[in-house]
Amino acid sequence: MLEVKDLHVSVDGKEILKGLSLTVNAGEVHAIMGPNGAGKSTLSSVIAGKDGYEVTAGSITFEGRDVLEMEIEDRARAGLLLGFQYPVEIPGVKNIYLLKAALNAQRAARGEGEVPAPEFMKRVKEKLAFMKMDPSFLQRAVNEGFSGGEKKRNEILQMLVLEPRLAMLDEIDSGLDIDALKVVAEGVNSLRSEERAVLMVTHYQRLLDYIVPDKVHVLLDGRIVKSGDKDLALELESRGYEWVQEESAA
Amino acid sequence: MSDKTQPSAGQRFLDRLKARDAVRGAEPTWIAARRQAAAARFEAIGFPDKRVEQWKYTDVRRIRDGEFALADDADFSPAQAAALTLPIEAVRLSFVDGVFAPELSDTGALPAGASVEPLTRALSDNHEAVGAVLGRLTGVEFSPFAALNTAFAEEGAIIRLAPGTVVETPILLQFLSRAGEQPVMSHPRVLIQAGARSQATVLEHYVGEPAAANFTNVVAEAVLERGALLTHYTLQESPLDDLLVRSLQVEQGRDSRFTSFTVNLGGALVRNDLVADLNAQGAEANYYGLFFAQGRQHVDNHTLVNHNAPLTFSNENYKGVLGDRARGVFNGKVVVKRDSQKIEAHQSNANLLLSDRAEIDTKPELEIYADDVKCSHGATTGQLDEDAVFALRTRGIDEQTARGLLTLAFAGEVMEQVGLDAVAERVELTVAGKLPERFNLGGLVEAALLDEQAFEEVPGHDRND
Repeated sequence: MLEVKDLHVSVDGKEILKGLSLTVNAGEVHAIMGPNGAGKSTLSSVIAGKDGYEVTAGSITFEGRDVLEMEIEDRARAGLLLGFQYPVEIPGVKNIYLLKAALNAQRAARGEGEVPAPEFMKRVKEKLAFMKMDPSFLQRAVNEGFSGGEKKRNEILQMLVLEPRLAMLDEIDSGLDIDALKVVAEGVNSLRSEERAVLMVTHYQRLLDYIVPDKVHVLLDGRIVKSGDKDLALELESRGYEWVQEESAA
Repeated sequence: MSDKTQPSAGQRFLDRLKARDAVRGAEPTWIAARRQAAAARFEAIGFPDKRVEQWKYTDVRRIRDGEFALADDADFSPAQAAALTLPIEAVRLSFVDGVFAPELSDTGALPAGASVEPLTRALSDNHEAVGAVLGRLTGVEFSPFAALNTAFAEEGAIIRLAPGTVVETPILLQFLSRAGEQPVMSHPRVLIQAGARSQATVLEHYVGEPAAANFTNVVAEAVLERGALLTHYTLQESPLDDLLVRSLQVEQGRDSRFTSFTVNLGGALVRNDLVADLNAQGAEANYYGLFFAQGRQHVDNHTLVNHNAPLTFSNENYKGVLGDRARGVFNGKVVVKRDSQKIEAHQSNANLLLSDRAEIDTKPELEIYADDVKCSHGATTGQLDEDAVFALRTRGIDEQTARGLLTLAFAGEVMEQVGLDAVAERVELTVAGKLPERFNLGGLVEAALLDEQAFEEVPGHDRND
């Protein structure tokens, strides 16, 4: 589904990713872990198409398409969706406008007509209930005045409505208390299916208690230096990253 | 720039006036005398140039050097008028190039105690009653345009509300601008007399045929007696080559409340002056404004609030959106007279520039001669938040729609205050539709309005916003 090959990325002339390779298949949940500054957020930002990241070498393909050649919105329409670490507040744009516009854009890209209002509202109401969000959220401006937890729930709500093929979650657990974390994790788990995949970037093993990954990767100094299953996360939790560093240097 | 018309600037207008005077029927002496005085005033001062502080940023040469005739009929295809008319139930007076159009007017729905009449009829019924009030707030010294208006004015609307009269239906004054071989000018007068505790909503709507290039020069006055509540809308959807100069002066008595919405979405050159005199305690004025200019449009809003008495309140929020090479001016002045203690005055102006070549000149002015007052003002100018554009795009929304949504959102704060749903929707759709066509938000907004209805119709949920 997603194939990242030998990716080199620089920000302001400084190389952050130094030959990162990663393959995510349909049906899988991957977690990328690593210390601050290892390049975790850079990876998801580049895949989503954020400005200011220069790809100097390597490739990213999603279902056979060259992601780096795609417009930001086309990536999303193809089913590649990023959940932000720090969701942006968008004063004046109601959540309901955002959801509707996004869903219709996706449908238009597939050659489908606009979603009928009753069907749309039914879908949104179900997902709201699932995320334990009050319906009044829809009439509020996107993330404006939301608490950290509300913002993260809102990111997941968007995912549930838009049903991405690959959901990328950047530090989705940061700033969440345990109850909010559980709701967010349930939301992500409900996205899991044979056709979909999830790519999480996180600092902490805690998230992985609730969203159990199929694969865990360690990102150090711009490269994936070790991969394993969920037990690797537990080992990182107890031993830190230094041993991986030593092992990879050896 | 050489300026050969300078010595005789305005002469063309005076000649036109002379020609008009020659054919106009007999008038009450006071009207003739006022015309003469106004013409003399205009002849003495001429059109303002940039040396006049009030007109520093607004170049009126397009008006001064224009060749404008006076319309002598109000012919307008009913189908086309219907297409331009706001879809609301309203008491309606229509003017075509300034000339009253009875067949496009309907004042049937008025309650007892309220009258809405064309100026011509009000004058023929009882010209002395009109003369006692008309021009009391806006004299010829207010501006050269007010003088010009007074010299030419023959048409307009007189709205009178007896004490305690509540008019639920909005009163719509519709000014239609026609495309013709020669541009025309019109000088309408509007007078609103709101008796004690009366309530009404008045809406001036400026709209016309897209190819029109006329000059409309309006003077409006409103008197609010004790406890009167007046909501006043000015919706300017003028054709893009039309020139519009307009003033509204308001006098407020004790515990009266005046709320104004000045929404500008059209016109090549537009100047709005809004003045309220808060003359007794408890009087409150709320000014809301939204201007949206593109191409080479020029929109100038000058506002003034005079706190002439203690315990008076004013609140102002204007937003401007300027694209292409459009230019906006906002000048908001608040004057607190000596001994006007315990007043509150708040003012805000925020502007969004959609292009590097768009320009805004914004100037808040506070003159405070009392010491126990609460005043605030702020002016900001900025661009769209690029992080928000990116965030919307990552949800599959194309860049132009994302920019359009954010632009609409910027205007939303003012729009939320609009109480007339039909106006709010019209403005929202117009703003969306007026964005460069690639933004094309009309469908989205329309759909979202439907969604809100559908949302309310879904049973068993508790909406608590």
